[in-house]
Amino acid sequence: MGVAPTPPPAATAAPEPPKPVDPNAPLFGKDAILDHYSGKAGLTVVASDKFITAKWDRRELTIEVTPDAIVAMCEAVKEDGYNFFEDVTAVDWYPQEPRMQLTYHILSHIRKERLRIAVRLDSSDLSISTITSVWPAANFYEREIFDLFGVHFTGHPRLTRIMMPDNWEGHPLRKDYPVEGYR
Amino acid sequence: MAPVAAPDMLIPGVEDVVADAQSHGTAGTGEHSMVLNMGPQHPSTHGVLRLVLEIDGEAIVSLASDIGYLHTGIEKTCEAKFYQQVVPLTDRIDYLCPMTNNLAYCLAVEKLLELEIPERAQVLRVLLNELTRIQSHLVWLGTHAMDIGALTVFLYCFREREELLRIFEAISGQRMMTSYFRIGGVSLEPPIGFAEWVQRFLIAMPARIDQYEDLLTGNPIWMGRIKNVGFLSAADAIALGVTGPPARASGIDWDLRRDMPYSGYEKFEFAVPVSTDGDVWARYIVRIQEMRESVKICQQALDMFLSMPSSGRIVADAPKIVLPNREQMKTQMESLIHHFKIVTEGFAVPAGEVYQAVESPRGEMGYYVVSDGTAKPYRVHMRNPSFATLQSLETMCKGRLLADVVAVIGSIDIVLGEIDR
Repeated sequence: MGVAPTPPPAATAAPEPPKPVDPNAPLFGKDAILDHYSGKAGLTVVASDKFITAKWDRRELTIEVTPDAIVAMCEAVKEDGYNFFEDVTAVDWYPQEPRMQLTYHILSHIRKERLRIAVRLDSSDLSISTITSVWPAANFYEREIFDLFGVHFTGHPRLTRIMMPDNWEGHPLRKDYPVEGYR
Repeated sequence: MAPVAAPDMLIPGVEDVVADAQSHGTAGTGEHSMVLNMGPQHPSTHGVLRLVLEIDGEAIVSLASDIGYLHTGIEKTCEAKFYQQVVPLTDRIDYLCPMTNNLAYCLAVEKLLELEIPERAQVLRVLLNELTRIQSHLVWLGTHAMDIGALTVFLYCFREREELLRIFEAISGQRMMTSYFRIGGVSLEPPIGFAEWVQRFLIAMPARIDQYEDLLTGNPIWMGRIKNVGFLSAADAIALGVTGPPARASGIDWDLRRDMPYSGYEKFEFAVPVSTDGDVWARYIVRIQEMRESVKICQQALDMFLSMPSSGRIVADAPKIVLPNREQMKTQMESLIHHFKIVTEGFAVPAGEVYQAVESPRGEMGYYVVSDGTAKPYRVHMRNPSFATLQSLETMCKGRLLADVVAVIGSIDIVLGEIDR
């Protein structure tokens, strides 16, 4: 009976139709997102080496890209229907590295969807390109991040403090800045 | 009018305006140009906004806004508080619509906790949110008209606002800083007579709005001051991040209540007023119509609320997150433990990040909350509508007269508390 065992049917059978995705189920990782949400805008526009990871959590899609890809990413998603810049802010993960996470929220009026683009910056080089060339609305937001977190936006037309006095020392929203301030 | 080129949209700094004025002076191109400081203690800047204007005669050459006078570091303070202790801080961000702030924050944390809110609480939240919107628009209309010189409207608007503040006081104990919403629901059962009071207000309100319109809409001085003033095209509004009534007055048909509903707004029927004129007049008309729509939503919410059994819950069934009522706390050991734990240690929120946007009276108000799994938020960031809308000020004022700046500031309805945070 020298018959080789038949391979498991799943390997040879025609690819199954994609399973309906439960929108409430969280998904983590680049491959899982690409399998289930490949139709979503912004997922395929970045070169794979710039695309770090993605997650679908609490019905919100987050795509993490490398810092050098941010302008290209914003231009691509804008092209793809995400026309409205809502917000950019930073999260300081001190003392972890990469320390600074920048979070961009982009809205699509047509799709009625929101996309979150995340970027992580190492504390050795806290600088990233400005996206004011894509959305001028980012102007004040980037100044605020510069003021309160000390992240530099290269190419920003006017990178000065916006909330704190011009002669202020330190960046108050960093985690190593005490809540009561320095006395 | 063609959209403004992207480089021209970036507001210059104070030094740029001064340097520009000086260079004009030395080049002899604008011998009348001068620098004028406006604010931060100027009654028409609606708070502590400082503007530095370069003017040629009475025409605006360029304009810089200087903010930060009201910066209190609320975002930093949030990181040192328990989740439930942040709610009173959110009131103080946009002090004209405290409940909208409460709602946005509570919805964000509830999303992190994946908490189901009882329908009765949701309807009550919608009702109070729309009353807050009317209240905020009344302050806007009164002060906007007063800036332009129509003093009477202010008194009429504040008459109705006073009524609303009394309603808020009855339900929450506070006139302005209500902190009425809680993570998981609302804090108190409405008092006896609340529904009748709101009903009386809702019946009276449309006639009151007619009264304001009688004073303003057909008034030739009012029309002369605000028609064709402060134009903002739809493309510019999107590029500059303008949301809410100013965006809708520029022809952007977008309202988060209708397009991305939250807190049960999908159950309500209302129109979204849109205008394509893009001037101060359009913003005035859009807001007046919004008040009328809000009255309709309030009526629907009140009817829904009254049709629900009054024994229904106003907080989620989550004893580890929502404080027990006093009666239970004093009679049941378990409730006492929960109360003690929530007050002393807070409650842990699963790690993750959420962004929850709501339609505030001024536009899109978004709360970005990051949790690291502990009882204190790792980061709370507020995306406030006025902060983005302020960026459009130069685009709207350039080339216009100095007096128009006051009309434009009034029309974008900024609140410095939420700009500076």
